[in-house]
Amino acid sequence: MLERIYRAQKAMDQACKALGRQINIMEVCGTHTVSIFRSGMRSTLPDGLKLLSGPGCPVCVTDQSYIDAVLQLAERDDVLIATYGDMIRVPGKDGSLETKQPSANIRVVLSSDDALQLARDNPANKVVFIAVGFETTAPATAVVVRQAAQEGIENFFALSGHKLVVPAMRALVSQKNHRIDAFLCPGHVSAIIGYGAFAEIVEQYDRPCVVAGFEPMQIIEGLGEICRQIAAGKAELKSVYTAVVTEKGNTTAQAMIAECFEPADGYWRGLGKIEKSSLKLKDTYHQFDAIERFDLSQEPAEDTSGCRCGEVLCGLIEPPECGLFEQSCTPERPVGPCMVSSEGACAAWYKYGRKRRGKQ
Amino acid sequence: MCLAIPARIVELEGDKAVVDAMGNRWRARTTLLPEAGLGDLVLIHAGFAISLVDEAEAKETWELLRQIDDFEQTQDKVSG
Repeated sequence: MLERIYRAQKAMDQACKALGRQINIMEVCGTHTVSIFRSGMRSTLPDGLKLLSGPGCPVCVTDQSYIDAVLQLAERDDVLIATYGDMIRVPGKDGSLETKQPSANIRVVLSSDDALQLARDNPANKVVFIAVGFETTAPATAVVVRQAAQEGIENFFALSGHKLVVPAMRALVSQKNHRIDAFLCPGHVSAIIGYGAFAEIVEQYDRPCVVAGFEPMQIIEGLGEICRQIAAGKAELKSVYTAVVTEKGNTTAQAMIAECFEPADGYWRGLGKIEKSSLKLKDTYHQFDAIERFDLSQEPAEDTSGCRCGEVLCGLIEPPECGLFEQSCTPERPVGPCMVSSEGACAAWYKYGRKRRGKQ
Repeated sequence: MCLAIPARIVELEGDKAVVDAMGNRWRARTTLLPEAGLGDLVLIHAGFAISLVDEAEAKETWELLRQIDDFEQTQDKVSG
């Protein structure tokens, strides 16, 4: 293992020397962000190598208008909200699901399957599944929507906030002021979409894309591979997570997404509107679409809290550069979503980065 | 949120499975991974198996999860 670390570090040093300026590598996945902080890896990287946390935490990139729509639904007596635990603390315009009174109609579920079961068990209520997440959770939503159709369940709805990773990466490297030299690509999203999905980022934008798993060793080797490419002046597509990720990914899951969803323009916190970056239920399944059933607004909401999560998500600033960080925004009383989610960059900085900040 | 947990399929009926990781058992479905069979190690994400995984990878992840759990408990004790 030591030899593998040594080789990766050597590649990092060589890349820093070859480029002669700071190298910025964006880790796209929130689970990578947490693993990087938790392992203390940042302090072992060469000075010229900087890691930027990207828009890889589904809770963090969810636009405030979506949260407001969820809160609006929670006020209805005839609705039961089924949500993954991460979402209940995200603040909207006024409050979060957690602070909503009465909160009797909010249920935390571990899977979309539990949400559908909730609908079966409560025929008098309309169950709305808060369907957030990237390509990892979208097929799970698709499975239960299809099943609801097959079983003729009429009180189950999905509020799709599902987003696609590659269009967001494309939007980031299309921004004029971006400073991303390469991407460390998400492991489990790639298990679904396959590492081949990142080919366009490599080919059109000349950025190395390397998929890695979540163990610190995987991340170090992923960064080493990126640096090897940078030192050689190349941009290539690669996966070091060979135990799980294939080039084509999980084609059954992809087919499930394609059956139920179609790409639509999506609103991302910080990135704004990105073309064909979200998943909308197809017309064949429109009766399960919560947006249509409850006539919910999809217009982006204006965030006036002074929160700079958007800039954090684009890799433009680090969390401590936000005036609210650690002052009015803490994990106990979060203002922005990057502080809410345990996978958010601000929460990771707060939890693991304090000592280091104290020295600065 | 995008972290999947390796687990072994210990019961399987159609696409409904019971999986086991480090002695914890829970229900999951194999709809997205029809090739998965009884006894296979799979990655479970939000209640669905998304990929097969080998023994070495599963053990590495379980070990990491154990370390994180120990670390969090130590942290709780220290901060009090």
